[in-house]
Amino acid sequence: MIILAETEVKDKLDEILSHHSANRDELIPILQEVQEALGYLPQEAMQKVARFLHLPESAVFGVSTFYAQFKFFPTGKKKVRLCRGTACHVRGAPHILEEVEKRLGIKPGETTDDLEYSLETIACFGSCALAPVMVVDDNVYGRMTPKKVAQILGDKKRD
Amino acid sequence: MSEIRLIINGIKVKANRGATVLEAAQAAGIYIPTLCADPDLEPYGSCRLCVVEIEGMRGLPTACTTPATDNMVVHTETPAVNEVRRTVIDLLIADHPMDCLTCRKNQQCELQKVAAYLGITERRFPRTNRSFPVDTTNPFFDLDRNYCILCAKCVRTCHEVTGVGAIDLAYRGYTAKVATFGDKPFMESICKSCGECVVRCPVAALVPKETRQPTREVLTTCPYCGVGCQMYLGIRDGEIISVRGDRDNQVNMGRLCVKGRFGATEFIHHPERLSSPLVRRNGEFAEVSWEEALDEVAARLRRYQPEEIAILSSAKCTNEENYLLQKLGRAVLGTHNIDHCARLCHSPSVAGLATTFGSGAMTNSIGDIKDAACIFAIGTNTTEAHPVIGFEMKKAVRRGTKLIVANPREIELVRHADIWLRQRPGSDVALLMGMCRVIVDEGLFDAAFIAERCENFDALKSSLQAFDLDFVSRITGVPQEQIVAAARLYATSRPAAIFYAMGITQHSHGTDNVIATANLAMLTGNVGKPGSGINPLRGQNNVQGACDMGALPNVYPGYQAVTSEAVKEKFEAGWGCSLPPTKPGLAVTDVFEAAYNGQIKAMYIMGENPILSEPQAKHAEEALRRLEFLVVQDIFLSETARLAHIVLPGVTFAEKDGTFTNTERRVQRVRRAIAPIGNAKPDWWIICQIGKKMGSQGFNFAGPSQIMDEIARLTPSYGGISYRRLEKGGLQWPCPTKEHPGTPILHTQAFTRGKGQFMPLEFKPSMELPDDEYPLLLTTGRSLFHFHTGTMSRKVKGLNVFRGEELVEINPQDAEALGIADGDTVKVVSRRGEVTAKARLTQASPVGVVFMTFHFAESPTNQLTNPALDPVARIPELKVCAVRVEKNGSSG
Ligand code: SF4
Ligand code: SF4
Ligand code: SF4
Ligand code: FES
Ligand code: FES
Repeated sequence: MIILAETEVKDKLDEILSHHSANRDELIPILQEVQEALGYLPQEAMQKVARFLHLPESAVFGVSTFYAQFKFFPTGKKKVRLCRGTACHVRGAPHILEEVEKRLGIKPGETTDDLEYSLETIACFGSCALAPVMVVDDNVYGRMTPKKVAQILGDKKRD
Repeated sequence: MSEIRLIINGIKVKANRGATVLEAAQAAGIYIPTLCADPDLEPYGSCRLCVVEIEGMRGLPTACTTPATDNMVVHTETPAVNEVRRTVIDLLIADHPMDCLTCRKNQQCELQKVAAYLGITERRFPRTNRSFPVDTTNPFFDLDRNYCILCAKCVRTCHEVTGVGAIDLAYRGYTAKVATFGDKPFMESICKSCGECVVRCPVAALVPKETRQPTREVLTTCPYCGVGCQMYLGIRDGEIISVRGDRDNQVNMGRLCVKGRFGATEFIHHPERLSSPLVRRNGEFAEVSWEEALDEVAARLRRYQPEEIAILSSAKCTNEENYLLQKLGRAVLGTHNIDHCARLCHSPSVAGLATTFGSGAMTNSIGDIKDAACIFAIGTNTTEAHPVIGFEMKKAVRRGTKLIVANPREIELVRHADIWLRQRPGSDVALLMGMCRVIVDEGLFDAAFIAERCENFDALKSSLQAFDLDFVSRITGVPQEQIVAAARLYATSRPAAIFYAMGITQHSHGTDNVIATANLAMLTGNVGKPGSGINPLRGQNNVQGACDMGALPNVYPGYQAVTSEAVKEKFEAGWGCSLPPTKPGLAVTDVFEAAYNGQIKAMYIMGENPILSEPQAKHAEEALRRLEFLVVQDIFLSETARLAHIVLPGVTFAEKDGTFTNTERRVQRVRRAIAPIGNAKPDWWIICQIGKKMGSQGFNFAGPSQIMDEIARLTPSYGGISYRRLEKGGLQWPCPTKEHPGTPILHTQAFTRGKGQFMPLEFKPSMELPDDEYPLLLTTGRSLFHFHTGTMSRKVKGLNVFRGEELVEINPQDAEALGIADGDTVKVVSRRGEVTAKARLTQASPVGVVFMTFHFAESPTNQLTNPALDPVARIPELKVCAVRVEKNGSSG
């Protein structure tokens, strides 16, 4: 999924790489700056970083996926977060997730093609009493049911 | 290597200094269970199964990462050790499928073996549910992550052994997994499909699609490229079903590439194999008996004068067969008109190195690569054309060897290079002489070596005057500072080895290119020492051997000159016949011209497909059509065989005995694994029959071993070679006597010609350069997944999955100007012809240059190439010609 125009990514990357040396220890600082500038790590950017550092692309991918701080999709306008903590889990969080995935057509960590929504799961919101919990941007929705998902996310069915 | 002594489980044990505790135990036959250790991989220490107790050390160190030291006392079977092992396995099998009986790794699985050793009979932890889809995209193996124990052997193999780096561990914790870049299926990754990771996976995660076990195995030599990897063919019920690398040799040490591991068997049993002699009757092929076919060949060949006959021998066939065919030509048909495809790849190596060093073969060995402080790879796409040598180079770089790559295209080696020189195709003499100039100017040459071992240095020095940096940079397109940096790195890292292939030789000034590499090596004293030298990488499995055996118009076996009266007398005595006059025969490039003009009337072609490999292929085809009589001996009805009057079905490497000589001059056995398919016959047998039918006494051989004995008698460099000795492993020529151990490095004391000769050179541009009408430069090469004209490799389904058709690689900038998108069908047009293929846009091709291979009959690239010849070696300029690329309107 290419969101930024290719040249835009290229210019920003060239800028970032210009003040780093081609030393493998620079990998994480470079990735952090790329994410800062672009909001996520597009594949083309990781490839370019790999080429710059003479590293295999797979190694850059391995390192970046190891750290939770890196994102591989741009974030959507609205951020949907679902709890996968124990309390929520036993009260049916998996069904909620299933419903959200179905409605938005994306999996956790992904963003819809129109950049409207991105989806994430969270270990525990600390609102276990309200389980199962879903948060859209700053709005907390408790005692979720698949039906409520439809109400909150509207009826936009995707494939 | 000094030894140390230690005590393991109360037993006194000796080990090499530097060994790990695990290696010391294994050497003494003491079993320590392991899951992540591998003799070819750096110690990793992640599975913790190999823990031991060591007196005086705290905790439980892992044996695979702990160096053994003198007087160490080790215990491998204490309760604490076994408790850890047990827990490790309990955790691993908690999410491991338990379908051992039907598992593809049953009985070969190391997890199974360790669990059995520990007496584990049940799952102690509750089953967790992991569920990954299986990646079945690769045609030869699957990745089922549900079995994966995350030992990272595959990942480390792909980085440490092959240097490809297609996979790595990605994500973490519960979601951790082996992944390609972007977590894509294997087939969308850069994986080269060598299968090295598959071989090392301890469980059924990475498994070959073919898992049948053979009933017996035969050790032989890979039939594809000049590396000459040793492999075991596995046979079951008359069928070759498996291939495995042989670890006990100095060439490949167990490793194989995709062609050897997965592509060497399917064509053997291919339904299109020729199984009966064919004779053309009224324009159609008719199957006939061997008797009839051979009688007719003999009778019809008798009708021609020696100067009307030409023979094309084969770099795919064995030494014995090449020897016999040139003997048939010289002793029976009376002609020196014999040649083979080496003309089209390495004749400049033979010519250029003969002038400078006195002998034209790879000076050093594959095993030497690790000893080089610097590798200079020019005009070789080693990882594609000589994959296992590519592995070895990348491994050396990993351990600190410097790498300079000179190549117009961004080949795989570039990622591993310290310096990449992107010279314009055809500018190599300028680049190499420019580097010599820098080395002389900066005083970095080896004055002592030059004084003692070389001559003609002053002539070289004065010819360097013409190669100032300004000029060199302008001609090559390489920035001045890069030329200087490369010259310094090459000159100051000793020993330094030069490797080259067809990027150097296939030019109208190919011999000059080779001489330039020799100048550079002599200048820095990089000849005759381990890890140095000039190393032309020979393309085909036995192109070295075919040259050695005298399948060349100017030399008898062992490069004994046809022009020498003494040599002629020697062979007349040896063969008991009179031989043609001391005048060299025609080179293959001239043979086609002569056939076209009607001067050559009959041809005998063994195992070659010149219609695809010759430049200006249309012309070559027409030449063959004009012949009165054409005999082709091959395993398939190749494009060339279709034009023949008589086709004789030979056999593959798996159905006959013989020897191949690899690129490092190592003579190695080819062993018969199965009986010939159908009514096909070994090529040596066929030649013997024709020799006998034509009345010669010199072809009464019981088998290839006897033929080799005759070769040894008449060829000084093969003098000490016999099948009995080869049973113990290959031998590198020169091997003059029965006691001689073979020669891994040439020119150690003196050059073959005495002193090494510097040769002044001048820069000559390629014959045909881009102009207004043909604005792009076409250069040709190979793909890893195919071989030569594809006669064998294209019969392997899985290899076609990787590369099923020709692709014209073009830089996006050029493509944009022409309105061409990736995947468009385009027409490539030169002054000699046109070819249609799909375009692939890639930065790997520099601006102004397009790239094609010559493996595909549907897109015969060599209809475009320029037959302009090198004046000395008579090699055509296959690497450079001018073309224009047009978008093909009629397609999608
Ligand atoms: S098959 Fe070879 S290239 Fe592909 S992942 Fe395995 S080791 Fe790497
Ligand atoms: S695929 Fe095999 S070799 Fe690779 S990590 Fe998994 S178990 Fe180990
Ligand atoms: S490197 Fe060459 S000889 Fe070795 S397996 Fe591959 S094709 Fe065969
Ligand atoms: S478990 Fe869901 S909010 Fe705590
Ligand atoms: S074998 Fe030593 S830690 Fe895995």
